[in-house]
Order: sequence, then C-alpha cells, then structure tokens
Amino acid sequence: MADSKYLVGVFDDGDDLLHAVEDIRHQGVKIHEAYTPFAIHGLDKALGYSFPRMGIAAFLFGITGTICAVLLTFWTMGVDWPINVGGKNFFPFPTNIPIVFELTVLLAAFGMSFTFFFMENLGPSSKPIIFDVRSTDDKFVVAIDLAKNKLSETEISKLLKESGASEVNVKEV
Amino acid sequence: MHVVSPIRETLVLNGKSYHDVTEDICKQVEGKPTKEWKIVFGISVLVLLYGTAWVFWTWWEGLGVWGLNKTVGWAWDITNFVWWVGIGHAGTLISAVLLLFRQKWRTSINRAAEAMTIFAVICAASFIVMHMGRPWLAYFALPLPNTFGSLWVNFNSPLVWDVFAISTYFSVSCLFWYIGLIPDLATIRDRATGTRKKVYGALAIGWTGGAKAWARYEDVSLILAGLSTPLVLSVHTIVSFDFATSVIPGWHTTIFPPYFVAGAIFSGFAMVQNLMLVTRVVYKLEDYVTLEHISLMNKIITLTGSVVGIAYITEFFIAAYSGVEYEQYAFINRATGPLWWSYWAMMTCNVLSPQLFWFKKVRENILVSFIMAVVVNIGMWFERFVIIVTSLHRDYLPSSWTYFTPRMGDISDYIFSFGFFFTAFFLFSKFLPVINMAEVKSVLKSSSEKYPEKKKVTA
Repeated sequence: MADSKYLVGVFDDGDDLLHAVEDIRHQGVKIHEAYTPFAIHGLDKALGYSFPRMGIAAFLFGITGTICAVLLTFWTMGVDWPINVGGKNFFPFPTNIPIVFELTVLLAAFGMSFTFFFMENLGPSSKPIIFDVRSTDDKFVVAIDLAKNKLSETEISKLLKESGASEVNVKEV
Repeated sequence: MHVVSPIRETLVLNGKSYHDVTEDICKQVEGKPTKEWKIVFGISVLVLLYGTAWVFWTWWEGLGVWGLNKTVGWAWDITNFVWWVGIGHAGTLISAVLLLFRQKWRTSINRAAEAMTIFAVICAASFIVMHMGRPWLAYFALPLPNTFGSLWVNFNSPLVWDVFAISTYFSVSCLFWYIGLIPDLATIRDRATGTRKKVYGALAIGWTGGAKAWARYEDVSLILAGLSTPLVLSVHTIVSFDFATSVIPGWHTTIFPPYFVAGAIFSGFAMVQNLMLVTRVVYKLEDYVTLEHISLMNKIITLTGSVVGIAYITEFFIAAYSGVEYEQYAFINRATGPLWWSYWAMMTCNVLSPQLFWFKKVRENILVSFIMAVVVNIGMWFERFVIIVTSLHRDYLPSSWTYFTPRMGDISDYIFSFGFFFTAFFLFSKFLPVINMAEVKSVLKSSSEKYPEKKKVTA
C-alpha cells in the first residue's frame, strides 16, 4: 500500500470544508473521503453518497426478532407444554406482546449496530488510515487520491487553497 | 449558514473553540488521578466491600437477615429494585427522547446520564438476584429447556416480562452508550501514545470520522433513539405490571404504567442533577454544564413531579369512587395507618417540594437544586416503599396484619448498591470522557457565544 499518494487538505471550519468539497468536485476532482471531528450535515450529499439505509437492516433484524419471539412463546406455551390456567387460552396473544416487543427491539438494535460496524469495517483489530490526527480534534480534512485524478498535484493543491484550505499536505500510505 | 434564534440561551460559555472542547474533556482522562478522586473513589470501594460482604452473608444465611415476614414478603428489596430502575430511565430519556426532539442541551449531559443509567440498572438487577435468595438458580427465569422435563417459563407472567425488559434495556443502553463513545475514543486515541493508544485504539474500533461513516452513524443513532424511546417507556410499564396485574388492593391499578414512567423520569433527572452538579465542579466543566442546563433539568423535574402528584391524587379519588371497600381501606391506611409517615414523606418530597422550581431564582440556585434532587430521590424511594409495604402489611386477613421493620441485612444490602454505583461512576468519570465531545462540538456554532456575528444576522 506504500505506493498510494494522497493530497490532504486541512480546513479550520466545517462549513468551509462543505463548500470546498462542492467546489472541487464541480471541477472534476475525485475525492477519496472527508474526515471531520463531528458529523457535518450535508457533507455526505456533497460527496455524492447515497442516503444511508441503516433502517433497512434495523427493519430486517427487527422483524426477525418479532418472528422468533412469536415462535418461542407460541411453541413453549401452546405446543410443547401447555399449562391450563383456569381454563384460559394456552396462548393468549396480548400477554405475549411485551416479550415480542422486547425481542424485536433487541434484535433490531444489535443487528443494525453490528451491520454498521461490518459495513464500516469497524472492529477492535482494524487498522484505520489516519490522514491527519487532528481530524478527530478540531480540523476538517479532505483526502484526495492522486492516482485516481487526472489533474496534477499542483493543480489540485491550488484548488484546495483557493477554496479555503489552511494547509495542504502530501501523505503516502 | 447557521440560523440561530436570538432568544436561544448559549449552551457553551466562554468562547470555547473545538480544540478547547477536546482539551477540557480529555484532560481528566489523560491526567493522573487527583487526590480528591482517590479519596472519593477509596471511600466508594470501602462501601462496596462492606456491601459485598453483606450480600454474600445474605446468600449464605438466607433472606432471614432481612426484615421480611409472612405478611410483608416484598419490602426493601423490591423498593430498591424499582427505585434504581427508575433512576436508570433518565439516561436513555436524555439521549433518545431529547435526540428525537432535537434538544441541543442534551449534548453536555447525555454521556454521564447514560453511564448512570447502566450502573443504576446493574444495581437494580442486583436486587432481583439478591431477593432470589438462591442466586445460583437465577437461570430459572430464562426460557431454557431443562433436565426436569420441558417445562418453560410462564410467558404470561409480568415477572418474566421484566426479565426480558430489563435485560433488553440494559444491553441496548450499553450499545447506545458505546456507539456514542466511539468518536470520542478515537479523539483520545489520536492524542495518546504507548499503552493508552493501544487500549483506546482497540476501544475506538478504527473510527476515522469519514463522511460516509458519519452519515451512517447519524442514521444509526437516530434509529437507536427511535427504538430506545418506546423501550424506555416499556421497561417501567412492565415494572409497574409486576404490581398492577396482581389482586392486591393498592397495586391493582390501571394508572400504574404512566404513573411509574413519570416517576422514573422524575427520579432519574434528580440523580443526573446530583451527579452533574458534582462532576461539573470536580472536573471544572462549568462552561459545558451551565445554569441553563441545570434550570432545564429542574423544569423537567417540576413537570414530572406534577404528573406524579396528579397520579397520587387520581389513585385516591379512584379508590374512593370505585366503591371497593378493600381498595378504599388500602388508601386510607396509606395516609393514616401505622406507616403514615412514609406516605407524607413521599407527598412532601415529590409533590410539594418541586413546585418551588416555579421560581427562576430557585431553579438557578445550585445548592438548592442539589438539595432538591436529593429530596426528590428520597421521596421517590418512599413512593415505592409506600406502594409495596403499606399495601402488603395489612392484607385481607386482619389476623396476619403486621408492621415492617428493616434489619441490618436490608440496610447493608441497600448500601451495597450505593457502593457499586459510585465506584462504577468514579471509574467511568476517570477513564472515559464525561461529556460527549463530538456532539458538543457539533452544537458549538449554534449554541456558543463564540460566533456572535451569526447571531446578529437573525436578531
């Protein structure tokens, strides 16, 4: 991996970064990724990412939880060992709503979160590429892979400076 | 362009920059523990050790070390359980419900409140395990196939619902808290060297703050908040079902679920208030947890306290109106029977005292807020004591009427939970950032005096 050369534009303000990303993408520069200390709303759209669809994962895991909980309560209470309590139904649905609800929430929350970890390749042993350590503190950073761009290093560097970058560094990874 | 209403109070004072936020919050994680921290932590560990010894004695000797008798079968154990679970509601309420309502002031207090939630739920669960008397049989509460024939837990029982509700609530709260921590752990990782970098690096699971990750992260947070909001309401609803589905006068009440949830938020906010008032001074975070935050929390305390007050009065009215003699007696006995003092302690602490917060001077007075938060939690403990003990001690059969007196076992096992709670909270506040740096930074522009020119635009 030591052959990739990145140009790292450092901004002092999130809004400046947002506008810069819009500008330089307009000029046809391909951006590797932007790194910010907190979520900048609209940045994903400016970078051309599709709308995050974590809700789909939450729904699928949630519905799995619902089905599992219904099967669990129905099978144990109604099939495997039905208990006669004063002649009532073996499987009264209303009393199983709490269990079904809790298991739905449990699976939806954990399923979605682990899907998120998986999609973002997050894990205790993952080795992230950090373009600028200050990007988790107070700097807003944009990384551009030079190999994937037609424009030269100096041209992109000039564009970044013009759109408000306080520093432009080169980083090889 | 950030549009900020001119009447919006500033949430971060003294013109903090993004870097100041990082420095101020990371300082206590990176520095050596202070003398004050060592002293208070040492005291909590001693209290925890004393409590732990008593818990083991409770299990060794049996529940006879408690003051329970054949009429009063639930007393301090379940009182403490409900009290701690109630306290544990504020964290998720602050982080989930206030997130859905887009309340920016939650950013300074949500981290500590969520940590408090987790520790409070552990304390609550410890009373459930304690009151089993034989904790090695705790797995009986789980739907496991067993060697005695495939007899399952009874899913019609609120006690089983409780097992599911509390464990789901605990695990989802831990998850929500951890996901909130990831960006801050990455901040600490990027500042650290050596072992600390390795430990926080592993905990930060490779977070870089990429735009795609942030977009998904925000989506995950919002959906988790949406899932946690009904979850937090369901937990205390189910706790209240433990009582409401029984046929004990004073317990068999349809008002219980909303009334318990309001009470839980009430006591939870009081506990958050106590912890934050101390933490902001010890860690010098007055610029982040401001009088505005304290005053807003006091407003919620007043609101929920009033809801609880209306519930008390409604209960009394419905008992009178129902025409059921047993129900009527249960309520008359609460207010005028041998345990009258606990009823009136509850009424004074929970209904009357928070009304003082209608005055702005009182609401913004730190000492009064602190004392009031303690008073509220004493009141909420008595509420559970009143519901449990006074409903039980005079049951259907006058020949078994009795009084409840706590013994050393009750008191020491309660002390155990404080030892655990404070030990855990002090460890958290030393090794993890007590304020959510990423979220505070995100509201800095709209809610700090650092950007006055933006304010003028809309003023």
